[in-house]
Amino acid sequence: MVMVDVRNVRKVYRRDTQEVPVLDGLSIAIDEGDFVGLMGPSGSGKTTLLNLIGGIDRPTSGELTVAGQALGPLGGRALAKWRSRTIGYIFQLYNLIPVLTAEQNVELPLMLVRMSGKERRDRARHALGIVGLADRVKHFPRQLSGGQEQRVAIARAIVSDPRVLLADEPTGDLDRKSGDEILELLARLNREHQKTIVMVTHDSHAAERAHRVVHLDKGVLSA
Amino acid sequence: MAIPLTYNVRNVLQRPVSTLTTAIGIGLTVAILIGALALAAGFRASLVSTGSPNNAMVLRKGADSEISSGISRAAAEILRSHPSVALGADGRPLASAEVVLVANKPRLGQTGSSNLTVRGVDPTAIPVRGKVSIIEGAMFTPGTDEVIVGRRVAARFANCAIGDRIRLQQRDFKVVGHFASGGSAFESEIWGDAAVLGPALDREGFQTVVYRMKDPSRFEAIKRELEADPRLQVQVQREQAFYAEQSRAFTGLITGIGAFITGIMAVGAVFGAMNTMFATVGTRRREIATLLVLGYSPWSIMTSFVIESVFLAMIGGAIGCLLALPINGITTSTTNFQSFSEMAFAFSVTPAVLLAGFLFSVVLGLVGGFLPALRAARQPISASLRAA
Ligand SMILES: Nc1ncnc2c1ncn2[C@@H]1O[C@H](COP(=O)(O)OP(=O)(O)OP(=O)(O)O)[C@@H](O)[C@H]1O
Ligand SMILES: [Mg+2]
Repeated sequence: MVMVDVRNVRKVYRRDTQEVPVLDGLSIAIDEGDFVGLMGPSGSGKTTLLNLIGGIDRPTSGELTVAGQALGPLGGRALAKWRSRTIGYIFQLYNLIPVLTAEQNVELPLMLVRMSGKERRDRARHALGIVGLADRVKHFPRQLSGGQEQRVAIARAIVSDPRVLLADEPTGDLDRKSGDEILELLARLNREHQKTIVMVTHDSHAAERAHRVVHLDKGVLSA
Repeated sequence: MAIPLTYNVRNVLQRPVSTLTTAIGIGLTVAILIGALALAAGFRASLVSTGSPNNAMVLRKGADSEISSGISRAAAEILRSHPSVALGADGRPLASAEVVLVANKPRLGQTGSSNLTVRGVDPTAIPVRGKVSIIEGAMFTPGTDEVIVGRRVAARFANCAIGDRIRLQQRDFKVVGHFASGGSAFESEIWGDAAVLGPALDREGFQTVVYRMKDPSRFEAIKRELEADPRLQVQVQREQAFYAEQSRAFTGLITGIGAFITGIMAVGAVFGAMNTMFATVGTRRREIATLLVLGYSPWSIMTSFVIESVFLAMIGGAIGCLLALPINGITTSTTNFQSFSEMAFAFSVTPAVLLAGFLFSVVLGLVGGFLPALRAARQPISASLRAA
């Protein structure tokens, strides 16, 4: 089954009167359970493509179908709801909420669905267990190392059991050892939990963990 | 579902300096408002407690104050023997025909002088008023030049100690007692025998007649009967209504001035809160975008930031209440416009006044937080995710 289907997508940013084309009729199909590495020079539109797949941004033209859902017809509210159930997002700078504990950060996506406080806590702890931080639930982000912060962010991304994980340079801010641990974790989520993963990276060593690597340049993809 | 409250509470506590400066601005505004309301409440309470609902107060038709009123001796006699008047234990009517005038007297311990009300009363005035009691010395002896002095006059005017002599018009009167009346306006008066004070002060008749009604529930009927009597030419009110009405002009003025000053300060406080909230929204752009990515609606972001602003303002409200609390009970004085004499009363920081001040802080938070919250909710996600 095709999990992510991007067809003939154009994305043009408008800066004042000038039009900046970023994606130019781009197409890609990603199967369920695939682990795709997305590479390309800075400014080539990797983040833009990821945001389109995640329903954070909308294409200028073209169509996206993700997890069987055509994104075009969805309104803002429906798109947000769909995203919270289907997509787990992992950022380069983790984007944890500094004033909330690891556990509370992980619970955030679960606040959007009706659920008892106890179930929410159990699920958050389970997710933190998967990323190996069962002993850090009460820690605040500033009390964690970068690698640990990213693992909390991954727990937050998987806690509502989404089918697709989108990671934008998840190891970009980490040293080699922590980065490797994160990559191993993503590989395990792909292998054992059947998550379809699209990972943007600048690092060819990181890209090796993917099943396949695509290159984005001048608005189009090449294998 | 909403963003958890701890998120807002911790964010506010996370930046203690900006929180405190903003909250103090709001607190000062709230304190001023509470001060004005407490002043008005104290003044009103003092005047309302002055009158009794069981007493009828008779003034000349058309008079809006005691000073401008006049009741002839003949009319006073008719009123005193009216069947609606309650009788005391000794069988005498509980009615007090009173002479009221304003005297200018030097202040105690400071230069300058002030007006105070001198009231010539019937010896039954104390049982008629009920709440009046001698706290020091003795009641004046009827038929003599003895006077008793209200507690607050004694504290504020010269020559009012027991044994002192005080000059009214051309005659000296002897202070023999101090009286209290539960903080009412009477405590700002000097009382003597009307039969002595009247002639001594060149008064022909009386200003008012106040009497205890035998059956206060019949007030409306009594009022109709007395006001229709062509020999009297009077208007009748419940004593309490008379004093409550007197408080209206001053409380209106105080509330007006208070609202004006509070309004000006509130503008500053709202801008302070707005500024703080705009700043925090600015530094939390990426965090807000992350919440939107997780699926939170712009509406819940908006609500969350308004709540944060209100929480911040409520800290200010609490500070304002604490700042204003110590003024409770402090005595101050003002000229009562109806009697043209000074009246002392205490600031009254009642629970209702505190609640009003606190709720005002909530309003300040709502108003100040609205635009920053709107900005937070409306920022485009993908651009904000790139923010530092
Ligand atoms: N909101 C926006 N408005 C205008 N231009 C934008 C906007 N977002 C991105 N761009 C432009 O689109 C192009 C692609 O940006 P994008 O962030 O997708 O690149 P990227 O491949 O992720 O780069 P990097 O490797 O540096 O993260 C850049 O030229 C960028 O300046
Ligand atoms: Mg990027």
